[in-house]
Amino acid sequence: MKKDIILAGVGGQGILTIATILGDAVIKEDLNLKQAEVHGMSQRGGAVQSHVRISDEKIHSDLIHHSTADIILSLEPMESLRYLPYLKEDGWLITNTQSFVNIPNYPQEAELLEEISKIKNSLAFDAVKIAKELGSIKATNIVMLGTTSKFIGLPYKTLKESIKSVFATKGDKIVKLNLNALEAGKKQMK
Amino acid sequence: MDKLLLLGDEAVGQGALDAGLSGAFGYPGTPSTEIIEYIQENEDAMKRKIHFSWSANEKTSMEEAMGLSYAGKRALVTMKHVGLNVAADAYVNSAITGANGGIIVAVADDPSMHSSQNEQDSRFYGNFAQLPVMEPCDQQEAYDMPREAFALSEKYKVPVMLRLTTRLAHSRAGIIRKEVIPENEMHRPDDPNQFMLLPAFARENYKDLLEKQSQFIAESEESKYNVFHNGDDKGMGIIACGLGYNYLMENVQGSDLDYPILKIGQYPLPRKQIEKITSECDSVLVIEEGMPLLEEKLRGYLDNCLNVKGRLDGTLPRYGELNPQIVASALGLSPKPVKDIPKTVKGRPPELCKGCPHRDTFVTLNKAMEKYGKGHVFSDIGCYTLGFLPPFNAINSCVCMGASVSMAVGAAEAGFYPSVAVIGDSTFGHSGMTGLLDAVNKESNVVIMILDNNTVAMTGMQDSAVEGSIEKICAGLGVEKEHIRVFKPLKPKHDENVKIIEEELEYSGVSVIIPRRECIHLRRKRKK
Ligand SMILES: Cc1ncc(C[n+]2csc(CCOP(=O)(O)OP(=O)(O)O)c2C)c(N)n1
Ligand code: SF4
Repeated sequence: MKKDIILAGVGGQGILTIATILGDAVIKEDLNLKQAEVHGMSQRGGAVQSHVRISDEKIHSDLIHHSTADIILSLEPMESLRYLPYLKEDGWLITNTQSFVNIPNYPQEAELLEEISKIKNSLAFDAVKIAKELGSIKATNIVMLGTTSKFIGLPYKTLKESIKSVFATKGDKIVKLNLNALEAGKKQMK
Repeated sequence: MDKLLLLGDEAVGQGALDAGLSGAFGYPGTPSTEIIEYIQENEDAMKRKIHFSWSANEKTSMEEAMGLSYAGKRALVTMKHVGLNVAADAYVNSAITGANGGIIVAVADDPSMHSSQNEQDSRFYGNFAQLPVMEPCDQQEAYDMPREAFALSEKYKVPVMLRLTTRLAHSRAGIIRKEVIPENEMHRPDDPNQFMLLPAFARENYKDLLEKQSQFIAESEESKYNVFHNGDDKGMGIIACGLGYNYLMENVQGSDLDYPILKIGQYPLPRKQIEKITSECDSVLVIEEGMPLLEEKLRGYLDNCLNVKGRLDGTLPRYGELNPQIVASALGLSPKPVKDIPKTVKGRPPELCKGCPHRDTFVTLNKAMEKYGKGHVFSDIGCYTLGFLPPFNAINSCVCMGASVSMAVGAAEAGFYPSVAVIGDSTFGHSGMTGLLDAVNKESNVVIMILDNNTVAMTGMQDSAVEGSIEKICAGLGVEKEHIRVFKPLKPKHDENVKIIEEELEYSGVSVIIPRRECIHLRRKRKK
């Protein structure tokens, strides 16, 4: 088993929380993980990404090789396209569609959706709306994780356990919200 | 033993803690910051009363570590690569004094300059100071190396550098912990004059250091971090350092490449293994994450002995960090088809947060500077450097920490008016204070703006060394009290704040203006 996943977003959107949950689940499953993340300058509202590599064999590189990623999981539509060189031919691009506009030349939404639809395996939907309905837009990242859960090579049950451990200090309400978000996200993937 | 999931930086912290650490010293800097942050949050460190608070700058950190070492204890110093320039006086001389308790100097380099002004390679400092350097290629080595580094440091009584690079520093993987080594008892150096570098002693110590060089090489030849993998295809041998080794193995795994490979993780370079690979192979490919240190040595000035490939002949790019693709192409592997980034995708540079106090400060400063035109504001390094970008376009320089103040002084001495410096509170404490002393002594006509957001924001909200004492420091350095002005950078106060800056611009002499409002992320961070 080997899965290479690119997490994409804008500084502050919560991709590192997704990475933390995946890391926790990997430890629970006793698999190997390498997860490279961006700290520093770009965290101030810039484009950020994390390379997550999960395998039952030794993982050498902290970075994913071009054209080999199984999944691009993005919290922002334009950011989902930035990492296309990493995606393998039949890899999945899964993205939230609500844009984060903090640059003057941000492209038209229709243009972005058109580019996304050109990818063989892609799924784009409004995860912010789903998270909002569940109680907080902060759970958007976990909705997206839920949608991807089928492809990441980790048992769904373990992901749930990891959400419980990662959010444990925040109280039962937050744990429940995120478990619901995971479930709602999962339903998006038919 | 425990398995932990740690960033490379955190692994160094845990590794040092488990290897008898008594004190960690450092100044924040991406990508090194998480080493000390990890120790600060570690319960054992707390229980053991290990020193772990931030220092004013990298030089004081290094010297404090030398003091702890004098007392017989094991010390860790952390900094980013450019921090070693600041600490260089202490570091290079620490090779002559040597260590008593073990000293590890953990320096994190930033090839490709993700968050830095340059991509200097700290291994060159190790080479220059003639001290051993260790370079982990993964998180487990980052955890293990402090153990051997402390042992090596105490065996030869010299500091040992641990060189990290961004991708390892900020990448997480599982590590297996080892048993915890107890801390050293306090004990002074056996030779009471060890740390006395009067020329007569320094000459002796230096001879000693030169004599140790062959022993350092012998240590490298025996080191478990320098590994020779045999291969049948002698058409090429590959020497790979640090992360270069990972990218190599990523490509070798599952391929039919069968070249001899020498992995390097400890310096000075292991002579025996290098002799072996260069003599048995027709050519050598050198893969280094950083500048071509080893490659230059192999080529020599005339470059007429060996068939060497690497960064200097274009087999690998001359600059920037490596990745699996770059190394694949250096190995002559044909690339898979790659999807392009669609043209609709635009760059998204970092920006000042919405609600950031620096935003208001720059709007205010721009208004006050309007009548003087552009090009008068020297600045420095921190979140506020983003004030260079639109819509502010408020600053004109960013060189090295503290340079804003001293450059403003220098320009003022040329008669340049107005000469303004914009510096953050932590940067001021790091190395702006000395420039301000110059300004006072030279009676320069400058306006120094110290942007006090009460934290080191750029690197993730560490404590600022000058918290609560900026006015006192400025007054103590000799700035006149009526020209130390404080304002709160907020929209409703815009007009009165502009007036304060205008008044000080008109004053002929040293003025300090302190826009003071907390970074908006500080409360959240401190609550955690
Ligand atoms: C010699 C050196 N050490 C460390 C750094 C990393 N660094 C960049 S800015 C900065 C501090 C910024 O703090 P402050 O001046 O308070 O500004 P703020 O980011 O809070 O606005 C640090 C530590 C560096 N660039 N150079
Ligand atoms: S982190 Fe703080 S100081 Fe830095 S840009 Fe954001 S609000 Fe401003």
